[in-house]
Amino acid sequence: MAVEFEALRAGEEQETQGGIRAAAQDGDVRGRPGGNRLLGVLRSPLGWCAATLLLLVLLLAVFAPLLWSGRADAIDTGQILQGSSGRHWLGTDNLGRDIFYRLLVATRLSIALALLATALGVATGLVLGVAPALLGRRGGRMVTAVVNVAVAFPGLLLALFFAVVFGVGAKGAVLAIGFAMAPGFARLTQTLVASLSERDYVHAARVAGVGRVRVLTRHVLPNVSDPLIVNATIGAGGALLAFSGLSFLGLGVQAPSYDWGRLLGEGLNGIYTHPAAALAPGAAVVIAGLAFNLTGEAVAKAVGVPTASWSRALRPTKSPTATPATAVVPVADDAEAPNKQPVLRVEGLRVSFPGPDGPVTAVRGVGFHVGEGEAVGVVGESGSGKSLTALAVSRLVEHPGAVDADRIEFLGTSLLTEPAHGAVNRRLLGTSLAMVFQDPMTSFNPTMRIGRQLSETAEQHLGSSRPEALSRAVERLRQVRISAAERRAAQYPHELSGGMRQRAMIALALMGRPRLIVADEPTTALDVTVQRQVLRLLDRIRAGDGVALLLISHDINVVAQTCDRVLVMYAGRIVEELPSDRLLTTAQHPYTRALIAAVPHMETELDRPLTVIPGRPVTPDRIPAGCAFAARCPFAQDRCRTDDPRLEMVEPGHRVACWYPQTDAEHGAAFIGERGELTAEDAELTAVDAEFIAVGAEPAAEEAGPTAEEPEPLVEEGEQP
Amino acid sequence: MSELRFEDVTVCYGTGRRAMRAVDGVSLTVPTGQVVGLVGDSGSGKSTLARAAVGLAPVAAGRVLLDGRDIRHRTAGRSGKAVQMVFQEPYASLDPRMSAGDSVAEAIPRTDAATRRAEVARLFGLVGLDAAHVSSRPAELSGGQCQRVALARALAARPQIVVADEITSALDVSVQGTVLNLVRDLQRRTRLGMLFISHNLAVVRYVSDIIAVMYLGRIVECGPAHEVLTDPQHPYTRELLAAAPHRDGYAGDGVREESGAVMDTEPPDPHHAPAGCRFHPRCPVGPLALPSRTDCLSLDPTVGALGRMHSTACHYAAALSTSSDVAT
Repeated sequence: MAVEFEALRAGEEQETQGGIRAAAQDGDVRGRPGGNRLLGVLRSPLGWCAATLLLLVLLLAVFAPLLWSGRADAIDTGQILQGSSGRHWLGTDNLGRDIFYRLLVATRLSIALALLATALGVATGLVLGVAPALLGRRGGRMVTAVVNVAVAFPGLLLALFFAVVFGVGAKGAVLAIGFAMAPGFARLTQTLVASLSERDYVHAARVAGVGRVRVLTRHVLPNVSDPLIVNATIGAGGALLAFSGLSFLGLGVQAPSYDWGRLLGEGLNGIYTHPAAALAPGAAVVIAGLAFNLTGEAVAKAVGVPTASWSRALRPTKSPTATPATAVVPVADDAEAPNKQPVLRVEGLRVSFPGPDGPVTAVRGVGFHVGEGEAVGVVGESGSGKSLTALAVSRLVEHPGAVDADRIEFLGTSLLTEPAHGAVNRRLLGTSLAMVFQDPMTSFNPTMRIGRQLSETAEQHLGSSRPEALSRAVERLRQVRISAAERRAAQYPHELSGGMRQRAMIALALMGRPRLIVADEPTTALDVTVQRQVLRLLDRIRAGDGVALLLISHDINVVAQTCDRVLVMYAGRIVEELPSDRLLTTAQHPYTRALIAAVPHMETELDRPLTVIPGRPVTPDRIPAGCAFAARCPFAQDRCRTDDPRLEMVEPGHRVACWYPQTDAEHGAAFIGERGELTAEDAELTAVDAEFIAVGAEPAAEEAGPTAEEPEPLVEEGEQP
Repeated sequence: MSELRFEDVTVCYGTGRRAMRAVDGVSLTVPTGQVVGLVGDSGSGKSTLARAAVGLAPVAAGRVLLDGRDIRHRTAGRSGKAVQMVFQEPYASLDPRMSAGDSVAEAIPRTDAATRRAEVARLFGLVGLDAAHVSSRPAELSGGQCQRVALARALAARPQIVVADEITSALDVSVQGTVLNLVRDLQRRTRLGMLFISHNLAVVRYVSDIIAVMYLGRIVECGPAHEVLTDPQHPYTRELLAAAPHRDGYAGDGVREESGAVMDTEPPDPHHAPAGCRFHPRCPVGPLALPSRTDCLSLDPTVGALGRMHSTACHYAAALSTSSDVAT
């Protein structure tokens, strides 16, 4: 058994090593993810300014009273209500005190009270916000109801109410502003906590027996802290403003203490004679408020940037610009189908996105064609670039993505000459090329009736009148076998089931006069039984109307069942192209073969481990030199790790990008096997299977039970109540 | 060794007129040391049933028993961890801010730090994860590795039953195999009881001793895996079997064959489950195809299901197994 696990581990060795390397690389980052991001705040100009401003305000709050309170309180009856002068920059008040120094000294009280109120509001809000998660269902509902009522109550009214209850003065004002702030914060916390409580890892912790409080402090609060911190920072700015307002109204700080609001109130009497005395406190409030708010915004921006996925990326070992030579890919065979003008012809297609270390090329020189009425399938794992290929063909790659190709021709018209023929192309694409997406719910506008959405296409691109278009929509819905089509046309997308929505999506695709349907994972979100219906429908449309089909899927079964030709993609390249009926017998690329073997089906041997492909799929940001599959390939030689294999034709209609294509016919036979006869001969695995299969122990050995070195601890030691 | 038993379990979501019975009177047993595979379309209630087993879904009626004791009474203290669950989404099921080791350690019953560390190391070895990953965060792991961590976490609680809810459906094909191999191997070594849920019959077939088929909140067929697959009694099971990937399915005849209008009907709304047999509106051997079969419209086939082969909830289960002309 130990051997078995060794082997199993060996199976993922690549994966593990990659992981270690990645972990080693950002080991320093891992220790302080929060600190790292806060430092990131400083890097943007906005963050830099805000942080400086905030620091200045805080320094003033700390040191101004120490340095200048004597000057600020010095009464000079000879200089009452003076305007600004060289001696008194902002003039003097009714006791002849210097307003400028008073303004500086008032920073401490203004900021301290605002922070105090914020702290009170945040604390109260947090308690109210997490209470529903800690209390039972009933208690939680009550707290929620209370918070809802409080949220509906206007903040200023609440503050005035509290001011009356707690008495006029700084204490009352702090309590008033703090409690006025609490309901909003509580509501935010509640929402965040509630949404996070439905996460799987919170469920898992609860199932593992972790207590409510611990789940809250360990799993929930750390993961909602970012938006809460941002909100509290912005809240502090608001509290400062509110506090100044209350003091200005005489409800806040009382004499002899003074804050900015009070200074503002005092200065306002003489605004026409000495405007500086009133304007300066106002400006101080604005500046300090801005410091808080801008810092909050900057933190929010920094927090919102996803850093995890890219930070672990290793630098690509080969820069994307160094691969142009391989982009020239021979397009298979014009001679094979002389009478069929291809509907779509793509050569040297590249799609890249800007990354932190230069552009990341996700599709690296893909070339293929789709004949009239032909069904071509593109299959690959996540990150293989298959969906981007589909989007690029439909001109749907959004900015910052950049599409580049030697040739993209649709019905003989080049789609690359965008600026000159933009309108023509759009019209051509709108009527002749249709796209079907994975999730039909998100591809329909939820606020529009199905029929209207369908008819819009006809109005836009075919110039039909509204009733005409609508009747065409109903006809199309009928064509995709939606029962009661007229009634369905008047319904909204959410009223349809998943399978029916997908059929409506196909009906939408048929509203123009499509020559090509590009279907990106059209059945992935559907149940297996419904999946068949949709595939059958696509096939029927293709046969009936001669519409070509480009079907993208991760499921090799789906592609093989529906398509004439299959393109297997790996790491942004086509690694093999062959007729789908030959997929089982004559596939030559090790990846294609492994992919077929890895999918369990109803005849998979039960007493043998499943075939696995070691390692993990290559991500576009770190594509190795040479063949991208080499690291996972059991047949890889030195050459594979240095030289990139080209897609070469091995026989008509069959192209392979591999230095050592596997042509072993025997292997092929064993791979497919004869059902029911797989017992005796099967014991001797073929070379390929033995290479790919990670675990090789006999089932008999597994049945033998636990060994000494691995005592059976999981069940026997289960606690006895 | 323990046995997990669902007794007439009903789970409702919503209240009043909008209430939906996601699981409706389901009885199912996960025997000691066996794997029960649960298959069904989305919305059939299989995930809800799994959640009911670990207390994440409210059981409106019936009981979930572990060794004859209601699991709701066991949740007091730290003993409520006898049933553990592994979730579908590899990245969503781990706290992004916690290292893999911490996530696993958290589920270990209270003990001192050294024992805990040793236990984490042992569990990592058990699921075939490199010890270096103890300090990795989920974002640094691949999907397959995350599922291994999730499995290790489930095992850390020393469960008697593990519920695996679609644990491979979010993984790439090439990684799915490693996780399935691991699940099977772990189960054989530890003899844990397991409820393995998937929409993919081929996957369920690979790991299960017993297969239960769920349709619209009810179990329509349940029996030993081999028997259910070779001699399915319920027409829905047959439909699932036909839709499952076959080795010869590559030939292309799987999709292109034409079938009757029955197959194209929509699955009914779970908010308004059909009366009688819930499958009758799309049953190829039901009243739509054979108008004489009116009992399907009104009589509930779950009554008396125990008397039929594989406890099949179909009035014509016996007829299905004998007369071949009806079956096709």
